[in-house]
Amino acid sequence: MSALLEVEGLTRHFVARRSPLGRPIATVKAVDGIDLSVQAGSTLALVGETGCGKSTVGRLILRLIEPMAGDIRFEGRRILTFGEKELRAFRREAQIVFQDPYSSLNPRMTVEELVGEPLALHNIVPASRRRDRVAELLSLVGLDARYSQRYPHEFSGGQRQRIAIARALAVEPKLIVCDEPVSALDVSIRSQVLNLLAGLRKRLALTYIFISHDLSVIKHIADRVAVMYLGRIVETAPADELFDNPRHPYTRALFSAIPVPQPHARRQRQLLEGDVPSPLSPPTGCHLHPRCAHAVERCRSERPALISDQTGHATACHRWSELSAMIGLTGQEASGPRLERLMSEFTRKSDVWAASRVDTLKSEGLAGASGRW
Amino acid sequence: MTSLIEIENLKVTFRGDRDRTTHAVEAVSFDLAQGVTLGLVGESGCGKSVTALAIMGLLPKGSADVSGYVGFEGNNLLDLTDAAMRDLRGDRLAMIFQEPMTSLNPAYTIGEQIIETLVRHRAFTRTQARTRAIELLRDVRIPSPEMRVDEYPHKLSGGMRQRAMVAIALACDPQLLIADEPTTALDVTIQAQVLDLMRSLKEKTNAAIVLISHDLGVVAEICDEVAVMYAGEIVEHAPVDVLFKAPQHPYTIGLLASLPRLDRRVETLATIEGSLPDMSEIPQGCRFAPRCPFASEACVSHSPPIVDVGARHWSRCVKAPLEGIVA
Repeated sequence: MSALLEVEGLTRHFVARRSPLGRPIATVKAVDGIDLSVQAGSTLALVGETGCGKSTVGRLILRLIEPMAGDIRFEGRRILTFGEKELRAFRREAQIVFQDPYSSLNPRMTVEELVGEPLALHNIVPASRRRDRVAELLSLVGLDARYSQRYPHEFSGGQRQRIAIARALAVEPKLIVCDEPVSALDVSIRSQVLNLLAGLRKRLALTYIFISHDLSVIKHIADRVAVMYLGRIVETAPADELFDNPRHPYTRALFSAIPVPQPHARRQRQLLEGDVPSPLSPPTGCHLHPRCAHAVERCRSERPALISDQTGHATACHRWSELSAMIGLTGQEASGPRLERLMSEFTRKSDVWAASRVDTLKSEGLAGASGRW
Repeated sequence: MTSLIEIENLKVTFRGDRDRTTHAVEAVSFDLAQGVTLGLVGESGCGKSVTALAIMGLLPKGSADVSGYVGFEGNNLLDLTDAAMRDLRGDRLAMIFQEPMTSLNPAYTIGEQIIETLVRHRAFTRTQARTRAIELLRDVRIPSPEMRVDEYPHKLSGGMRQRAMVAIALACDPQLLIADEPTTALDVTIQAQVLDLMRSLKEKTNAAIVLISHDLGVVAEICDEVAVMYAGEIVEHAPVDVLFKAPQHPYTIGLLASLPRLDRRVETLATIEGSLPDMSEIPQGCRFAPRCPFASEACVSHSPPIVDVGARHWSRCVKAPLEGIVA
């Protein structure tokens, strides 16, 4: 496996306030020197709370926002050096799906226009074949092609997110940045979209950068996870390793804060004190130190480097090796055999049933226009 | 165990255009004893918030028809006059809303909004009320309450605003507190703080709480009993341990199986196929039947019975107990 995307020292500050003469007097370090590497065909999850910079990272990687410093290499090419033409070509390789399918789709365009637009813009499919290709894309995301003349408001949230995914897939990208794609959806719909994304990844050999604040969703979908706090990555590791053995006090606090649907779950509570500090004046040293129970003098003065061990588990904390291990939640099976059987029976029967209804759609060939898929 | 509030056959319909009526809540019944927290869970549009607003008498009279019985302190709240309801609300009945930014008045300080409640219901003088407001803010763990009391909502963070909402709701020691998605707008670490706060207040005040949430995790953390709603009906009601270990309604099982979870690993998540029925044209039979993988002929032709499956545990499913399905 090779790295599809490599990011080094990615930085972006925003000016929050200017003096009357236009000089910046307050800046937010939204992304403050981030390194990432994403393997082709894998899913990297960025997790963190509101304002940690995870969405900005997603946009910077696609150059929807211009970085101030750092380097981004996509298949070895340095995308920050791209001119307009190259950038346009790059858009065929990297796409984004936004959080809110209610505002990310133009309400005046039909589904066919929405999904067909990228095909026309990049001149991927001749106009005469466009309608067929849109139908293929719709069936790929589990929507009936008969709905292609309808408008977004006629669809539910989950269906709209499928339309947004079809639109991203239209250019046959290699990388898709999924920015909170299921956060606006109800649980039963959320699982449909998660299954769809997982299925598409396998089938089309896609690479995802999956941005979410929901750790249970991330655990389900990610191969590797990077935890962000106030513009920096505080911990990154293969997903299983991170969930079994979280090291950074912030990661641990996140884990212990998630409500688990299991009454009286045995867990170590590691609540953080207070609120996330204002990103306008982040704390010195380690950003977490004012809220961290383990902070010492060094944490206040010195920014901890993100140091990786041989297994690829990297932690930006001066003290993690001194802290006792936290018991992960995996393995605390609470459901019991009866419920497990009922749940798998529910899943199996629903699948059989769903499959019988979309069989007709799936029988159509799905060769991509450029032959890649 | 005597109940503090008893709800029987609560029914809410909304009159829409062209004689279209939406049956938002249908025959909801439950009772709650003092000190018990009931979780009301379900997905968007299942009627959980409408149930709460109906209990509080906050639905618009012009478009909503509410019928049934909401027994509280010997009265049917649905029969009380507006004036009598205003005396109860904020006093013995209180509510916390989801979005603290839109439910606090931006033009008044946090202190003013607590003082208002105390002056209205407890005949406090303004000075007394202010002292009490500071105490309340301290109770909900707002740092430096003497200063915060004079601040406007926009100066507070989301977590602090929600604490301020909790302080207002608790100002008069309510006996029944309805919390509608109180932590949904908050980040997880802040949510954990607010849930901790609610847990400790629950022990201190001995109020009955109805917690409305779509998050089964939140419900598992602080509720004693759970009612699962689907398409305007409660489909299962159980003590919290039982609901998560031995649920007896297919919808509950589907919800649990479709959750990505930290404590179990699955390849494919369950999905609940189809969508909610149109609430203005409710189909005959079980409302979940069109989406239920276990459904049979009987489910579509007849309304499901309420089956008692244990102590304070019932399921609105003709197949309950569900042991037969996997036998």
